[in-house]
Amino acid sequence: MGQEIMFQDIYTIWLREMLKFVRARSRIASSLAMPFIWLFILGFGFSSSITIPGLPYIGFLAPGIIGMIILFTSIFSGISIIYDRQFGFLKEILVAPVSRSSIVIGKTFGGATIATINGLIVLGISSALGFIDFGIGTLLAIPFMILIAISFVAMGLIIASRMKNMEGFQMIMSFLVMPIFLLSGALFPLKDVPDAMKVISYFDPLSYGIDGIRGSLVGITNVGIITDFTVLLGISVGMISFGTVMFKKSTQS
Amino acid sequence: MKDGIKEFMSAIKIKNLTKKFGKFIAVDSINLEIKEGELFGLLGPNGAGKSTTLNMLATMMMPTSGNATINNVEITSQDSVRRTIGMVFQDPSLDDELTGKENLEFHGRMYHMQKNLRANRIEEVLKLVGLEDKAKFQIKTYSGGMKRRLEIARGLMHHPKILFLDEPTLGLDPQTRRGIWDYIQKLNKDEGLTIILTTHYMEEADYLCDRIAIIDNGKIIALDTPENMKNIMGGDILKIETRESGSLDKILKFDWIKDKTRFDDYLNVTVADGGSAIPDILKAASEAGIKIDSVHMIRPSLEDVFIHYTGRTIREQEADSTNQIKSMMNQWGKR
Repeated sequence: MGQEIMFQDIYTIWLREMLKFVRARSRIASSLAMPFIWLFILGFGFSSSITIPGLPYIGFLAPGIIGMIILFTSIFSGISIIYDRQFGFLKEILVAPVSRSSIVIGKTFGGATIATINGLIVLGISSALGFIDFGIGTLLAIPFMILIAISFVAMGLIIASRMKNMEGFQMIMSFLVMPIFLLSGALFPLKDVPDAMKVISYFDPLSYGIDGIRGSLVGITNVGIITDFTVLLGISVGMISFGTVMFKKSTQS
Repeated sequence: MKDGIKEFMSAIKIKNLTKKFGKFIAVDSINLEIKEGELFGLLGPNGAGKSTTLNMLATMMMPTSGNATINNVEITSQDSVRRTIGMVFQDPSLDDELTGKENLEFHGRMYHMQKNLRANRIEEVLKLVGLEDKAKFQIKTYSGGMKRRLEIARGLMHHPKILFLDEPTLGLDPQTRRGIWDYIQKLNKDEGLTIILTTHYMEEADYLCDRIAIIDNGKIIALDTPENMKNIMGGDILKIETRESGSLDKILKFDWIKDKTRFDDYLNVTVADGGSAIPDILKAASEAGIKIDSVHMIRPSLEDVFIHYTGRTIREQEADSTNQIKSMMNQWGKR
């Protein structure tokens, strides 16, 4: 009773996220500047000091930066449910005859759509500039981008269920998001790093995402894209399930 | 058979409804029955348990014990109840970045209204609260009163059988408040909607409600129509100013006079209906040749009723409860 997940409800929640996204175009455009600053400065800055066999460094970096923009956009998108709570709109959602699972899935898909679009823009421009080739690999990268987005929006929702306001956001960025990003292999190959770091990176969900995108786009991979896909799929489902549990807990009183 | 009819007539039945936050009892075993089509008010100071009661009825909080039925459905069947009620929260709950119309659209979709029905109903409810011209503007451009009106409109979108209003005029200026009162009355009288509202404004409860429950410290301490409540106070007091208060006291021997208190320069007379008593008293005085300087009628207010039951004014009470809530929240936060 009330527990069924309804496509219609998921769509309604997703649609609102899209409306807000379209309305905040200029803000999103400015947030897209950041990945390109990283891509250009690091890409050309390290081009002579880091050598990747058979590939210019910027081609190695571009998949990492695609992962980065998706990570940042997703986490923020999930955590921003705090605003819904602060400004009261969450109550309007909660008092409606809609299951909590539908709310979490709708929110996750909404945020994930926006994050994936951001990733696609970076992917498109990187291809246009010739950093990566455009081809079948481009299509292959998209499922990885979607799964990264879903996992981290859901992670954002989980974090938000334990946070009262956005004051803790800076701490989340420093102690969770940045380590996830830096340990994911986005900036450097994980093959030759110290063992301890390598082990930690196995627990970093983003490392499978980046590995999958990189494997699809430029053919360099650590564990193989099939493993990447399987692990990421599991993480996404796990995050959404855990997110639903946490969301229910945080809205029950 | 009689019971069957009674069953059908009551929109809400509350049995021993209780809500505890840790050791603090916010709502203490409330029993109440609200009739279909009634405009019912929960009156009490901040922190008395009004909003908690309303939130439980609207399925936003689970009761600690006890139960309630809305249109004969238990409130624990959350989704069935949610479909039949409309709720306007105490704090704004609109999406500021969306337009008025988009907020209503969202609501209609959440309640699974079909496209045509949704479009028609949006126009209907916007008209009802006089916001047709503002429909395409973002909420951030709305005034406080407009937001409140749109929230009332939204609460009505899905044709609820019962509308809950949590402090509907809190923080609004007197003129806007008057406007909201008119809308609430219109909904109740013209559309026959059952409305339950909470308020800590005496005059609001008095002006709007068919019946009132006064809530204090989580308990219902009085339940009646505003008129009856005021009558408990013994009726109107006529303060008759005259130099000859002693003589006036002697000649006033009507059997409808409930009480008289004589002072040097005036006489206080308690009667059930002050308005119709004044001519009779003036006539008697002039026949006896007693000169009356002025007559003031003092109607007991709900404030007096509140003092009568609690021994305190609603404001004193509020200061107390706020402290209590603060310490409760602190403890809650520490857990």
